[in-house]
Amino acid sequence: MNHLDQLEAQSIFIFREAFHAFSKPAMPWSMGKDSNVLIWLAKKAFCGKIPFPVLHIDTTYEFPEMLAFRDWAVREYGLDLIVKINEDARLGRGAYQTSIGYETHDPVTVTHELKTVALQQVIARYQWDALITGIRRDEDATRAKERYFSPRNADFEWDYRDQPPEFWNQFTTAVGAGEHIRVQPLLDWTETDIWHYIKREDIPIPRMYFAREVGGKKLRYRSLGCWPITKPVESAAADIDAIIEELRHTKTSERAGRAQDHHERNAMQKLRAKGFM
Amino acid sequence: MPPRLKIVIVGHVDHGKSTLIGRLFHDTNSLPDGKVAAIQAACAAEGMDFEYAFLLDALLEEQEQNITIDTTQIQFRTARRGYVIIDAPGHKEFLKNMVTGAANADAALLLIDAREGVQEQSKRHGYLLSLLGIRQVAVIVNKMDLVDYSAAVFQRIVDEYRAFLKPIGVTPLHFIPASARHGKNIAAASAELAWFDGPSILQALDNFTTPGTRAELPLRFVLQDLYRFDERRLLAGRIETGRLNVGDELVFWPDRKRSRVKSFETWGRQQPAVKTSASAGESVAITLTEQIFVERGQVASHPGAGLAEGREFHASLFWLDPAPIYLNQPYTLKLGTQAVEARIVKIERVIDSATLTVTGVNRDRVERDEVAEVIIRPRKPVAFDNADHITVTGRFIFQQGARIGGGGIIHSAAYAPLLAGEVKSADLEWSGGEVTHELRAQHHGHRGAVLWLTGLSGSGKSTLAVALEKSLLQRGRAAYILDGDNIRYGLCADLDFSLADRAENIRRVGEVAKLMADAGLIVISALISPLQAERDHIRQQCHNEGLPFAEIYINAPLAVCEQRDPKNLYRKARAGHLKDFTGLDSPYDPPPAPELELPTDREPKETSLAKLLDLALTISASDTPPLTGPFTPVI
Repeated sequence: MNHLDQLEAQSIFIFREAFHAFSKPAMPWSMGKDSNVLIWLAKKAFCGKIPFPVLHIDTTYEFPEMLAFRDWAVREYGLDLIVKINEDARLGRGAYQTSIGYETHDPVTVTHELKTVALQQVIARYQWDALITGIRRDEDATRAKERYFSPRNADFEWDYRDQPPEFWNQFTTAVGAGEHIRVQPLLDWTETDIWHYIKREDIPIPRMYFAREVGGKKLRYRSLGCWPITKPVESAAADIDAIIEELRHTKTSERAGRAQDHHERNAMQKLRAKGFM
Repeated sequence: MPPRLKIVIVGHVDHGKSTLIGRLFHDTNSLPDGKVAAIQAACAAEGMDFEYAFLLDALLEEQEQNITIDTTQIQFRTARRGYVIIDAPGHKEFLKNMVTGAANADAALLLIDAREGVQEQSKRHGYLLSLLGIRQVAVIVNKMDLVDYSAAVFQRIVDEYRAFLKPIGVTPLHFIPASARHGKNIAAASAELAWFDGPSILQALDNFTTPGTRAELPLRFVLQDLYRFDERRLLAGRIETGRLNVGDELVFWPDRKRSRVKSFETWGRQQPAVKTSASAGESVAITLTEQIFVERGQVASHPGAGLAEGREFHASLFWLDPAPIYLNQPYTLKLGTQAVEARIVKIERVIDSATLTVTGVNRDRVERDEVAEVIIRPRKPVAFDNADHITVTGRFIFQQGARIGGGGIIHSAAYAPLLAGEVKSADLEWSGGEVTHELRAQHHGHRGAVLWLTGLSGSGKSTLAVALEKSLLQRGRAAYILDGDNIRYGLCADLDFSLADRAENIRRVGEVAKLMADAGLIVISALISPLQAERDHIRQQCHNEGLPFAEIYINAPLAVCEQRDPKNLYRKARAGHLKDFTGLDSPYDPPPAPELELPTDREPKETSLAKLLDLALTISASDTPPLTGPFTPVI
C-alpha cells in the first residue's frame, strides 16, 4: 500500500466505526475539495450508498458556481441533501434585532451566526448525534490537536484542554443529551494528499480551484467559503498537476484567503471553541 | 511515495520538545510564511521574544503557560521521506495525551535536558514506549549549550538512561547530544559537538526503518459491520494482518463458524475493476458463499492459523484516568471491534513506572499512571492474540464511563476449555507427532531462513552480517552467522583456495546453512560465493526443504573494496602472494536478480542495515502464533 492507500483505508475504517456507533449521523458538505473527497470516501465505505443525510449550511453568500455544482452532485451521487439557512439572522427576525450580513457585520460575527448558529439550529431539529466533517490537521495549529472522534457539549463547545484519550483505533462514541461527536475521517490528510487523491480517483470538484484569467491576472481559489470574504490567489495552475507542483513550493498557508480566520488574533481558536468546523 | 514515518517526541516537561520540533521544521525549510509571521505577531503582542516552540503552541493557553497540553500532529519532509511528527506533552497530568500521541507512532525521540539529566517522566515515558510496543527509539540529550557541550555530562546521562532502559527491553538506536534552541546537531554536525561521531537528529530519523509489512503475518480480518443496503449481504471490516483472496476459507472467531469468500464488493474507478485479493491495512467489504451468522466484533482467520479464544487472560495494564480501576468491578473492554463487559479478577502486582519497583501485590485497584500485571475475565469468550505476535489483536482498552480509562497488552494466557462441536481431533495440526516447520516456528516465534550475502572481499559482508545478527537477536529472533573466514578454521580446514576446494567450501556452508535454518535459526552467510550457479544451487536446496532463502548482493566497486582492503588481501594479491583472487584474476558473477542489493559505497551502513533487517524480519515472519501459553489448538 502506498500512503494514499493507507489514508483511504483509515478514512473508510473511521466512516464505518461512526456509522456503527451513532444512531443519527449526518455529514456537512460545503462542495469544496475536501468535502467532495469525503463524499467519495463515504461512497467507497458503504459500497455506493451514503446511508445518512448530507447537510449544506447555506449562508446565502455562496458562489453561484458552487450552488450549480451542488445541484449537479446531488443528482450524480443520489444524496439525501438537507439545506439549512439561518433565516431569522438574515431577515433580522425572531431573536435577531437586525439582519446579519457581511455588509453590516464583521466576518467573525457573520460566520458564527450564519454557520455555527445555523448548525446548532439544524442539529436541534434533526437530533443528530454525530457530524462527519472534512477537517484536516494540517489546516491550522488548532486543528492539529483534533481527535478522530471529538466530543462537543450541548453548547457546542470543544474542550480542547481536556480531550479524551484516543489510541489503538478506539474512540469516544458515547454522548449525553444534546451533545454530539465530530467524526473527522480526513484528519491525517494534507492539502497535497487531497489533490493527489482527487487526481488518482478522478473526483469531480468545482472549477473555481483552477486558474482563469481575470483582468489580465491569472487567479484561482485555494480554499472556498463565502464570496465576500474569500479571496483568490495569484496562480497560473490550471490543472491538478500544476496545483500539486505549486503546493510543493508555496509557503503561504491554505486558509490565507479566508478573512474570518485573520480578523483578530486567535480568531480560529475562538470560532472553533464555539462550534465552528 | 514511501509511507510517512510517524515519530513521537516525548520526554519530561520543559526538556525542549516543542523547540526541537520548531527547529526541525525550520531546518528542513518546512515552515509556511504565514505561520512564522503569525507567531512573531503573537509574541510581540505578549511582549515576548520569538521562540521556535510557539509554532506548535498555537493555542492561547499554551502560550501563557508555555507548556504543551495536548498531542499535536504536523508533517515535514526530508530527502528520504515524509514524516508525521507527534508532539506529546511531558507534564505528568497529561499522560493520557502522551499515550494518545505515542500509541500510533512508528518510532520515538526521547528528550532529556542535559542540565537536569534523567527525570521521572524520562523513565515513565521510556517504560510506556516499551508497553506501547515502540521499539525504535533515539534519545536526544538536549540543551547541551547549557553544559558547555560537555562530553562527560553527555556520557553520564547515556550510562544512567541505558541502564534504566535495558531491563525493559528498550535499546535506543542512538544517543545524540544536541541544542535545539541553537540548532546544533539538528540537521548537521556542529563544531561544538565535534567530539561526537554519531548522526545528527535528521540523520537518525532517516535511519529508522519503515514499519514491516503486516501482510506476511497470519490473516486477521476484523469485522466492523454487516450491511444490507441492497440484495447483497456485505461484511465490512479491515484486514489488520495477512492476505485475503476470493475463494479463501475463513474461520470466524470466537464462534468458529466457517465459510468462503465469494467476492470483494467495491465502488469507484479502481483498477482492476473486479477485485480478487486484498492485504494488510485495507478496509474491504466481502460477501460469503455460504450465509452463516457473523457479527461485528468477530475476527476471521484462515483455518490452521487461528486466534486464541477464552474467558480469561493475563495482561499488562496501564491506567490513565483520574479515577482508579477496581478489582471485580464491571467495565467495558474493547479489543479490536469486540466490546464486552469484563472484570479484573486479580491484580498480581503494581509497578512504579519511574523506578520499576513493585509497589503493590494483590491490590484492589490500579491508580492513574500506574502499570499493573493483571488477570482479566470477560463475561463471554473473546478472540485475541498475544501482543508480541500480532499486536493489533493483542491489545485492548478499558472504558471509564464514556472515555478510555486505560489500555493493556495481552502477553500470556489462562484460557477457557475448548468449546465443543466445531473442533475435531483429526484437525489438530500438531497431533501427528511429526515436528513440522510450522510447529517449530510456533515455538520459536519465527521461521528459520537463509540470508545469503554475496559480494567482493571488502564489500562489507561481514560488517553487515555482524550488525544484522545483533539487531535480530535484540528483536528476539534467533540468528547465527556463517562467516567465510571462521568456517575455514574448522569445518573446511582441509580445503585450500583452489577453485575446486572453494566450490566445495561453498557447498558445505550451503548444507550447514540449510540444516541450521531447518532447526529454526535465521542463518546469515557471509561468503564471497562468486559463482551464480553455486548460489542458485543453494537456493534450490532450501526451496526443496520449504525454507525461505534470500540472496543479498553487497555491491561495492572493486576500486572501493581494494581501497578498503580490511584484511590486506588485495595488497597481497597484487604483490603476487595470492592466486585466483576474486575480482582480480578470478571471476565474480554479479547476481542478476537478488532479493536485495546494497550499494555500500553509496549509502550509510545504517541504511543498508535497515533494509537488510526489514528483509530478514519479513522472510522469517511466522505464519502461526508462538506457543507461549496453553493456546487453544489450531483448527
